[in-house]
Amino acid sequence: MDLLLNASAVGWARGQFALTAGYHWIFVPLTLGLAVIMSIMETMYVRTGDEKWKKTAKFWQIIFGINFAIGVATGIILEFQFGTNWSNYSLFVGDIFGAPLAIEGIVAFFLEATFISIMFFGWDRVSKKMHLASTWLVTLGATLSAFWILVANAWMQYPIGMEFNPETMRNEMVDFWAVAGSPVAINKFFHTVTSSWGLGAAFVVGVSSWYLIKKRHQDFALRSIKIATIFGLVSFILIAVSGDGSAYEVTQKQPMKLAAMEGLYEGKEGAGLVAVGLLNPKKEAYNDDVNPYLFKIEIPKLLSLMGYRNINAFVPGIKDVIDGGYTLPDGSTALSFQEKRERGLLAHKALADFQQAKSEGRDTDAANFETIIKDNYSYFGYGFLEKEEDLIPNVPLTFYMFHFMVMVGGYFILFFAVVWYFHSRKKLENFTALQYIGLWSIVLAYLASQFGWVVAEVGRQPWTIQDVLPVQAAASGVSAGNVITTFILFAVLFTVLLIAEVTIMLKQIRKGPDF
Amino acid sequence: MITYEFLQNYWWFIISLLGGLLVFLLFVQGGQSMINSISKTEDEKKLVINALGRKWEYTFTTLVTFGGAFFASFPLFYATSFGGAYWVWMLLLFSFVVQAVSYEFQSKPGNVFGPKTYRSFLFFNGIIGTFVLGVAVATFFTGSEFTINKVNLVSFGTAGNVMSGWDNPLHGLEALGNLRNWCLGLAVLFLARTMASLFFVNRLDHDVLHKRSRKYTLYNGVPFVVFFLAFLIWTLVSDGYAVNPDTQEVYMEPYKYLNNFIQMPVVLVLFLFGVVSVLWGIFGTVANKSFNKGIWFAGAGTVVAVTMLLLVAGYNHTAYYPSYTNLQSSLTVQNSSSSEFTLTAMSIVSLLVPFVFAYIVYAWRALEGKKLKLEDLNKDGHAY
Repeated sequence: MDLLLNASAVGWARGQFALTAGYHWIFVPLTLGLAVIMSIMETMYVRTGDEKWKKTAKFWQIIFGINFAIGVATGIILEFQFGTNWSNYSLFVGDIFGAPLAIEGIVAFFLEATFISIMFFGWDRVSKKMHLASTWLVTLGATLSAFWILVANAWMQYPIGMEFNPETMRNEMVDFWAVAGSPVAINKFFHTVTSSWGLGAAFVVGVSSWYLIKKRHQDFALRSIKIATIFGLVSFILIAVSGDGSAYEVTQKQPMKLAAMEGLYEGKEGAGLVAVGLLNPKKEAYNDDVNPYLFKIEIPKLLSLMGYRNINAFVPGIKDVIDGGYTLPDGSTALSFQEKRERGLLAHKALADFQQAKSEGRDTDAANFETIIKDNYSYFGYGFLEKEEDLIPNVPLTFYMFHFMVMVGGYFILFFAVVWYFHSRKKLENFTALQYIGLWSIVLAYLASQFGWVVAEVGRQPWTIQDVLPVQAAASGVSAGNVITTFILFAVLFTVLLIAEVTIMLKQIRKGPDF
Repeated sequence: MITYEFLQNYWWFIISLLGGLLVFLLFVQGGQSMINSISKTEDEKKLVINALGRKWEYTFTTLVTFGGAFFASFPLFYATSFGGAYWVWMLLLFSFVVQAVSYEFQSKPGNVFGPKTYRSFLFFNGIIGTFVLGVAVATFFTGSEFTINKVNLVSFGTAGNVMSGWDNPLHGLEALGNLRNWCLGLAVLFLARTMASLFFVNRLDHDVLHKRSRKYTLYNGVPFVVFFLAFLIWTLVSDGYAVNPDTQEVYMEPYKYLNNFIQMPVVLVLFLFGVVSVLWGIFGTVANKSFNKGIWFAGAGTVVAVTMLLLVAGYNHTAYYPSYTNLQSSLTVQNSSSSEFTLTAMSIVSLLVPFVFAYIVYAWRALEGKKLKLEDLNKDGHAY
């Protein structure tokens, strides 16, 4: 009964975190993208002295402000939820995970909060150049904030730069730069920030298209499209590059996630990348003989190439990750789930024994137990899992969201190229169909942005920290009833605020800029 | 030589300082709790909201940084208090969530729920944000109900695998059963309202609000002094949570916090200086009609006094987050801090703080060169 209660509390805590993160991510990518766009527009104003650029920048700053406020509101909950709902996690890795959060506050949030007030209220109180610098500093603050929080997230996906200390029962940082500069963090940062730029560009082009459809504020709309289209095209090319980098990192560090993203159950050499596919709902167990696909179109060898930079490399499937036995890139043989679990349990027992020995002053015994812990710590998290299936994330969700995201990414490269072509030939004003496509593409950008996070976070289940701590061992001792109550309160509150936010934004857009 | 012990104490100082700054910046919340009383007409309300609205992000950011810094430097506190006193922190967070959108949304067309709703959000944050934070800080002296057993993680004790378990099903709300906690909660609420009144005296170019703010300084200043003295005297004469430096055993010591003041005279002097400065700010403003700088005296005094009070909670072999259900689970600066490596890394980052202060001062001065009046709101282009 206790375990059941606990499982339910963990489920609700996960739901609450997903809810908050999902809402947060509606607003943040737009602010990250708009920040750069409005900064470029203000730069145009300062360089040319053209008042219309100033008004263009000001309009997008209003939209930025509306989103910023609600992004802040949802963000604070995320930070504190690590403590309120994941206290074991906070205790177990706070030594490492807390640092980027604190740095985010000191380095990024104050920069953003301070200069945003100059950006909004300082038009007549500081010089033109100082105002421009403030706008860029807001952009820098927002981007730095993204960097530090993504460092923290990346560390959960690829824990590095740390050592477990059995005395304090926690992981401790031993290499700051390994954490801050991990390849997963760098890739995640570039992929997330460029995708936010892409979303911002899609938003600006979409809203401007609406003005063109309505034949209002056409000068403003075309100026905005000019900046956003070039910015969007560059962003989406960078998204593709950083996306490739992310896929490479996932293959190396989270093979189960990659297998789920591709619906790959049986590993193979020279694996192809599924371009389009439909999963077979009759596939019930990872080791049954049911074909996982009803249909798929594959690009030969591409998965091996992306994952290992070698067209013939072996890519393990879900079954391989569980059964082990294949050769890892470092030449060693992969262990099976059961072997890893046994070693995890060995570490657990040694840790309990270590604590006992320490409290009784048996230092030699403690030293022996410490060796056992060290030797088996890589599999510590497996000791909390019970059966093979616990290791498999939700495959259909991860698979479909991943493929949708990639397709949308490809679509936007084409979209921005086409818009740029027609805009530069001054034909966009009369191309109503493309204007409608531009307007509705906003939805695609938002969906792809959300889905990207679903892939990243659902795909890494059951881990809060890859291989070290699964979700069920990370939660607080708060009962399900309490978490359900806060979940409902958050769900209602965020929904209400979202409705208000969207309505205000639509009103502002309908009102339009000042020229 | 920078030792581990030095770093631990340094970070307790940083946390205390951030706590002091946060309490000062709660004047924004104090002001929010008075929107409907200090300002009567729509124009007055608009001016008050805009004066506060240009500062809310500082309080918010300081709260977030306070949380992040506490997480990084004392993760055991973060896990124990946030994961245990769940409802206290959730209540606080809710109030800040609704605040964050309210300035931006309340006067915007299409805000669906009307300005009154957002102003009631601001009021809610004004009352809860200050009172609950005061109650939470009071538990640093009065204690909480938790047990830490880290080996639970792998041995599944009575609390399952939870390493820091809360012993009361009310998850923090039980702190409201202690009158001393109420005293500090109410003291912080009235201090915030007092400082807001002083802020309006300093910032607003509006005769009616000016006069009313001076009156409100007195109306709020008196209850603040009463509740604060009640908490202070009660704490000084109560038993405190002491730590034996040799065995790290936690035990109850009569007059512990009074002893801490006596044994740390610098802290005592600075604390008294802070308190006098706050009182000077309040009563100077009430007594002298041309004295407008009360906010700076009260503000600086608050930062210093709160910082010193938190140092008394954590320095001199004291458990800063005590558990009265399991004394030995109490958190001390030594047993709850991050590793030496992390504290060192964070200390290097903390060297940026003066730089942060410098640009905040620059921005503040750039925007606040002259007092705020109604006509400015339309000129600045981004009114709330």
